[in-house]
Amino acid sequence: MSDRQAAENGVGLIETITGNRGLQIEEKLIFEQDSPGHCGVDLADPAPFRARLGGLERHGAIGLPGLSEPQVVRHFTRLSQKNYAIDSGLYPLGSCTMKHNPRLNEKLARLPGFADIHPLQPVSTVAGALALIDALAHWLKTLTGMPAVALSPGAGAHGELCGIMSIRAALEARGEQRSRVLVPESAHGTNPATAAACGYTVDPVPGNPQGRVDLGVLKAKLGADVAALMLTNPNTCGLFENEILEIAAAVHAVGAFFYCDGANFNAIVGRVRPADLGIDCMHLNLHKTFSTPHGGGGPGSGPVALAASIAPYAPLPWLVHGVDGLELVERKSGSAQHVIGRLKGFHGQMGMFVRALAYMMSHGADGLRQVAEDAVLNANYLRVRLESDLSLTSPGRCMHEVLFDDRFLKDTGITTLDFAKALIDEGYHPMTMYFPLVVHGALLIEPTETESKASLDQFVGVLKSLAAEARTGHAARFHSAPRLTPRRRLDETIAARKPILRWRPEPVRQRAAE
Amino acid sequence: MRYLPLTERDRREMLEAIGVDSIDALFADVPPAARLDGLLDLPRAMGEIEVERAISEMAARNVAADSVPFFIGGGAYRHHIPAAVDHLIQRGEFLTSYTPYQPEVSQGTLQYLFEFQTQVALLTGMEVANASLYDGATACAEAVMMANRLTRRNRSVLSGGLHPHYREVCETYARFVGFELAALDPAPGGGEDLAGLVGRDTACVVVQNPDFYGEIRDYSELARICHDAGALLVVVVTEILSLGAIRPPGEMGADIVAAEGQSLGNALNFGGPHLGLFASRDKFVRQMPGRLVGETVDVDGRRGWVLTLSTREQHIRREKATSNICTNSGLCALAFTIHLALLGEAGLIRLARLNHAAAVALIERLERIPGVQLVNRTFFNEFSLRLSRPAAPIVEALAEKGVLAGIPLSRFYPTLPEMADILIVAATEMATGEDMDRFERELAETLA
Amino acid sequence: MSVLRFTRDHEWVRLDGDLAVVGITDYAQSQLGDVVYVELPEIGHRVEKGKEAAVVESVKAASEVYAPVAGEVVEVNDALTADPAKVNADPMGEGWFLKLRFDDPKELEGLMDEDEYKRFVEEQD
Repeated sequence: MSDRQAAENGVGLIETITGNRGLQIEEKLIFEQDSPGHCGVDLADPAPFRARLGGLERHGAIGLPGLSEPQVVRHFTRLSQKNYAIDSGLYPLGSCTMKHNPRLNEKLARLPGFADIHPLQPVSTVAGALALIDALAHWLKTLTGMPAVALSPGAGAHGELCGIMSIRAALEARGEQRSRVLVPESAHGTNPATAAACGYTVDPVPGNPQGRVDLGVLKAKLGADVAALMLTNPNTCGLFENEILEIAAAVHAVGAFFYCDGANFNAIVGRVRPADLGIDCMHLNLHKTFSTPHGGGGPGSGPVALAASIAPYAPLPWLVHGVDGLELVERKSGSAQHVIGRLKGFHGQMGMFVRALAYMMSHGADGLRQVAEDAVLNANYLRVRLESDLSLTSPGRCMHEVLFDDRFLKDTGITTLDFAKALIDEGYHPMTMYFPLVVHGALLIEPTETESKASLDQFVGVLKSLAAEARTGHAARFHSAPRLTPRRRLDETIAARKPILRWRPEPVRQRAAE
Repeated sequence: MRYLPLTERDRREMLEAIGVDSIDALFADVPPAARLDGLLDLPRAMGEIEVERAISEMAARNVAADSVPFFIGGGAYRHHIPAAVDHLIQRGEFLTSYTPYQPEVSQGTLQYLFEFQTQVALLTGMEVANASLYDGATACAEAVMMANRLTRRNRSVLSGGLHPHYREVCETYARFVGFELAALDPAPGGGEDLAGLVGRDTACVVVQNPDFYGEIRDYSELARICHDAGALLVVVVTEILSLGAIRPPGEMGADIVAAEGQSLGNALNFGGPHLGLFASRDKFVRQMPGRLVGETVDVDGRRGWVLTLSTREQHIRREKATSNICTNSGLCALAFTIHLALLGEAGLIRLARLNHAAAVALIERLERIPGVQLVNRTFFNEFSLRLSRPAAPIVEALAEKGVLAGIPLSRFYPTLPEMADILIVAATEMATGEDMDRFERELAETLA
Repeated sequence: MSVLRFTRDHEWVRLDGDLAVVGITDYAQSQLGDVVYVELPEIGHRVEKGKEAAVVESVKAASEVYAPVAGEVVEVNDALTADPAKVNADPMGEGWFLKLRFDDPKELEGLMDEDEYKRFVEEQD
């Protein structure tokens, strides 16, 4: 219902003159706050000089608005206040690992010795940067048990691309052209997208009733034309693939490679090494397991741990231990002559390397192991506290995330979406919805280890109450949710049918008519 | 451990609630052979003091840009970032929020991305821009792949003036995604014939403006030739600030712009994280990679924003997606948006002028030196010099004297002897007269 | 009397002279939700039976529309580009996707008639 209806129904929402609601301020676009000629940065004009732009000067207005610093600070502060964030509350998104982002990481990443160095400075002037990258590589190799790590990919999906490209290069070096990549049906969309992008046919592998890869089906699908299996472990249903050693053996038996999507590494870091599971190639998400901030959608960093069979193909640049210390290898030559090439400009997401290393050093081997244990403990605690209120997809233990489906909403007229939107009014960001695709109306909850027991108990209380409300037929609160947010449900249909993807000034004709 | 809120008592209570004796029971699905019983061979937990000490020690071994006369460009530029930018991006609601999949609680992110998309479109002179990609080099590869999809052709031409990293990334993608590239040789001083290479099998031609050597050109004629052949023109911009001074790609007939936005709002960061910009024509929008934010209304009729046209993306199309991309460069895009909001039209144009003036002032000094010759006819804030001796040892020598003099082209092309004498030099608003004097003095001394 | 048949992927095909008109069923459009975009093939394009002929997109999903019979595309419903909502409003009528000059009328024989399709849909839920 609209605010007016709500007001008429005495539902407690009042209309204000401004449309503001207390601390929630309506804020126009910067383009609608233009003071032409104004500037929030004081810059001196240069003394007259003879330009050398070859007559290609820019003419005509660009169309950017002019604002003062107070206006800009107020604008973006108001925008920030409309966002939910980890700093605000529990962010239970499955497979995203929304853990606390330590502020020490931000401080250290901003040291001029890291923030203000150029990737193309003479290597002798950036010895500390190479040392940091080497230290990070050492931690990642030790944690994964793998002998090599490619650090340049810019995010997880980019790491997947790196891994599949390297696998293909390894196969081509063996003189083999394989055509298929096996991907579980429960996989994240980036997996099949990556495999298809590299020219492979994606062959989906269904899960067994317990939600894991069906070993028999997998073996039937494996053959000499399979390049790789892309597996997430623990999987996207929050379960550890307990037959993983058999899976690895089966994959290797046909000469294929075992790729692991490391999005869920938080469940096993310090307790299991992927190399010991038979994995040949695994990308890590520094912005998940290793706490670098999600930033509203990036930047991330997706290093890829590699077995010896794939390491020679890793993308440039390489950081190697030479006779005179650390060397940056930027060209195909010597031991790096078989590389797949370069996947990104420069050397990788250094800003995220600093943050991740600070995180790892802060936790240490003991702390990281505790991270996995607490992550798994928190998820299982939610599981047992909620299993009689929501419908648990798989009975029995889970790892760091727990999967529910929408059976508990059957015949209530309330969908998973409605349920999630009601959660928003209670002050929580919803859990992951409708993923993985293998269950109906999925609700995937990953609390992470940085939630206190009190926080979890509070979350449990809210979910129990909402589930009870849903069952007792209070559908209206779910259908109208959220009601207390800066915006209510938004029309995604019209956004897609008639895309408006930028601001445009009003046509002069329209203004004159007013 | 300061980041782990659970107490031992909490853990005991929770294990009891779960009904297991120890945490090991919850790891029972791990095959015994793969279980780590003890700790890995890595240092134990450290407090802030120790971590800061260890990492600061590494930072101290690097020469930071503002501690010396600094003249390095090559696709990443040292500019002044107003103090407000870093304060705002560190607000927890920006720093620690996720991708705006729940628009009702993400209007902050969605609104600034909409502003960002508008800014990028305006700067580049294009109709529509996405919410950013990883960096300029991957944006360039994505542009070529988009051109392939749109033209249903498979072969593209890369100018020799394209940043070598961008070329290399395109070549990697070409090899594995399966398309062809004709990459021209590096061309400091120009002289390549791109028009002659455009045919009816060409998907796109990729040029960079200003190019890797700093030269500025008008690509309008090339755009016409491409369009006559049914091909697209992709223009790469590695120094986005240049668009405050020179004609934008959109006014030259570009179909896709792939650019690097690091110059606005984002520090050098040793090459990452940076900020890929991507812009194109409205009619091509459904073939664009990356996230897009669109305007809409909520149930109360109030204007708001959502991620839109998502069916192009991996989480829906899976193996048929336009790209496998998931993450964009959100916080870097925010920094860009804030910086450009502070600058505004007048400030951007003035800042661009300051940059060009700095480069002009620098070349006037350096051209005086015997053994130094300017290669460029035109430039914005970066140009190429031909020295009387190989540039790499000179750069090393100057570094030892505390001047970061630029990039020797041989770093990218060590096997091309004719490139060994080329030095690529950038001067931004951060280069003072004293810096330039020192550069001139040390270079003259070293060349003498 | 025109012949109307249905596929297991929820496409319908109606014979109209020597042309086959193809669209998606009411069940399909209700499963998809609001249609936001339709990607139609080019005139002259050949489609094989059971292979992708068009793509229909809603906000949250994109689905292939498979050709119920093989043939050459002779006409597409351009009105859907401007108004994709027609697919939801009138899937069997104004929401048609394309017209094929089909190769072989026998290909229709394996497809379901209206009653069979109705039962098939009931089994889905």
